[in-house]
Amino acid sequence: MDTILFLLKNMIPFTIPLTVVALGGMFCERSGVVNIALEGIMIISASASIFFINAMQSTLSGQSLLILAMLVAALTGIAFSLLHAYASITAKANQVISGTALNLFAVSFHVFVARMVYSVEGVRFLNDQFRIDKVPILGDIPFFGEVFFTRAYITTFIGLAILIIASFVLFKTRFGLRLRACGEHPQAADSVGINVYKIRYIGVMISGALAGLGGLMLVIPSYTEFTGDVAGYGFLALAVLIFGQWNPKKIFLAAIFFGLMKTLSNSTGLSAIAALNINPYFFRIMPYLATLAVLTFTSKKSAAPRAAGEPYDQGKR
Amino acid sequence: MKKWLLKEGNGKLFASLMAILIGMVFGFIILLIAAAVAPKASYPLDGLYTIITGGLRYSGIKGFGTVLRYATPVILTGLSVGFAFKTGLFNIGAAGQYVMGGFAAAYIAVKWTFIPLEYLWIVGLLGSILVGGLWGLISGLLKALRNVNEVISSIMLNYIGMITVSTLVILIPDPFNPSRTKVPLSQIPTFGLDTLFGKNTVDVGIVIAILVAIMIYVILEKTTFGYELKACGFNRNAARYAGINDKRGIILSMTISGALSGLAGGLVYISSITKVFDQSLVLQKEGFDGISVALLGLSNPIGIIFSGFFIGMLRNAGTPLSRSGFNEEVVRIMTSTIIYASAFSLIFREKLTKFLTRKVGK
Repeated sequence: MDTILFLLKNMIPFTIPLTVVALGGMFCERSGVVNIALEGIMIISASASIFFINAMQSTLSGQSLLILAMLVAALTGIAFSLLHAYASITAKANQVISGTALNLFAVSFHVFVARMVYSVEGVRFLNDQFRIDKVPILGDIPFFGEVFFTRAYITTFIGLAILIIASFVLFKTRFGLRLRACGEHPQAADSVGINVYKIRYIGVMISGALAGLGGLMLVIPSYTEFTGDVAGYGFLALAVLIFGQWNPKKIFLAAIFFGLMKTLSNSTGLSAIAALNINPYFFRIMPYLATLAVLTFTSKKSAAPRAAGEPYDQGKR
Repeated sequence: MKKWLLKEGNGKLFASLMAILIGMVFGFIILLIAAAVAPKASYPLDGLYTIITGGLRYSGIKGFGTVLRYATPVILTGLSVGFAFKTGLFNIGAAGQYVMGGFAAAYIAVKWTFIPLEYLWIVGLLGSILVGGLWGLISGLLKALRNVNEVISSIMLNYIGMITVSTLVILIPDPFNPSRTKVPLSQIPTFGLDTLFGKNTVDVGIVIAILVAIMIYVILEKTTFGYELKACGFNRNAARYAGINDKRGIILSMTISGALSGLAGGLVYISSITKVFDQSLVLQKEGFDGISVALLGLSNPIGIIFSGFFIGMLRNAGTPLSRSGFNEEVVRIMTSTIIYASAFSLIFREKLTKFLTRKVGK
């Protein structure tokens, strides 16, 4: 029981950001734009918001600071993703090239600024101030309360809320329907009067906001300084998106699975895990291998948005 | 001038130079802003001068040796990405193929002592070609047989490769620090290049890289096989209609592309600079530099030699930038801006052509 509690508790800081970033990727790809810049967006947003926390933590603290920092992260993500939107929607440029450029830019920009300001890459912040030791009443619930409501971060609940809102928006609103239409068959969407360019811009901007939030959500519980590195989580989120078949509910399940693998690979010190006698290497490559396997066996009838990656050209109907 | 620009190749070259210019200007703006904000960075023009001269203003001929050292792997990863481009494939997996190939070379150069040491490095390089090729082959097979997007599969394989290598480090541990690999027993010979360009910089690797580039040029431009691959790149369906086996083309193209990145790794990890692997889980930058090299070199093997030198010069400018109060990352900011700008090259050329034809028409 203790092992399960430990695993669950340690999965949360990985699973939540992965879910949020992958949901961002989902909105982007569902609108018809492939976004491999998720990693870069996470980095640039985490960078901006950690700089913000670093500068403001003497005047503000705790949850209000965190909420403001999340706002900074989301806005930075939106601004940065506009570069990708302009390249891939307006300029009809190659989306993979644009995404790669943004990924490389984000790391270098953070390291450049951090070194200019602090002479080192790492920007420190006090992460204890964001942790809620125990939520009153709810934290007393056995097991469940201990997992979710002790030593908790509000980012967890915001992440779960985003999951619910995202699936509602995608499947139950007019905007969601239009977004999906633009990703499946933009010509058809255009013929009924939907502005494909506008919808795609919104799709990319949502991905910017969510990837940016996800970047901060990853850094807050697990880091004490930010060095411009989110350890490949943006690409892992891309894997979550594919493994979750572009569907919010499945994305969440995929993120739980990937979070579990990550936790298991870090927990070989635990006697119950050590008893399994599995090399942590297996847990580490599992997410990537599983994604490759899913792609291999589903690609003929892939759930991927059909028009993802193709620039929309009104002249080509 | 107008007619010269309207020729397709020249228009592309112009677009590529524009991308470099945009990158340079953006980099300079960053330097200016940094100079305005940070008190220690007070010489932005000096910094720009360092970047334009590729740092050679400080280091001279020895520095040129370092440029060659940096250029060696990125010429090959550039060829790797460019070769795949020619076949209509985007090999973003150079980073994974590079570490896998590099590790294979390092492993052979440490363990296969039954081969005389003066030949062992050759076997190591062959090993890097083979393993890198295998890593590319996986993406090729998935694309040809199961229609899996090669971008996604090679991103996954980048991480699988990186994790695999960091795990395999324990196979050839450094006796003094088991979290690293042992220095290879056999290294790529220098044939006097090190005395020419200063110690611990150049070896025959750069010559190999240039020869491979010429070989790839011949394959692409002078053989039926190369013609078929390019036909697949232009229009896969048309190529199939013309009787070209497009699936075979994709598989072979990704394999060759992977082999080139693998060799890049081999040339670094058994080179005379004795770089070793450790257990850190970080993707190697040489793989992504290959994308900029290929884009700037217009996927042309000869162009890639030059753009490889260019990226090598930029990297060499990194360290001496601190003399003007900046840090090397500004160079990477510039490279990424150049990549971003070259994503626009197609639309830029279209605009240019339209603009020029309108004027010529008058």
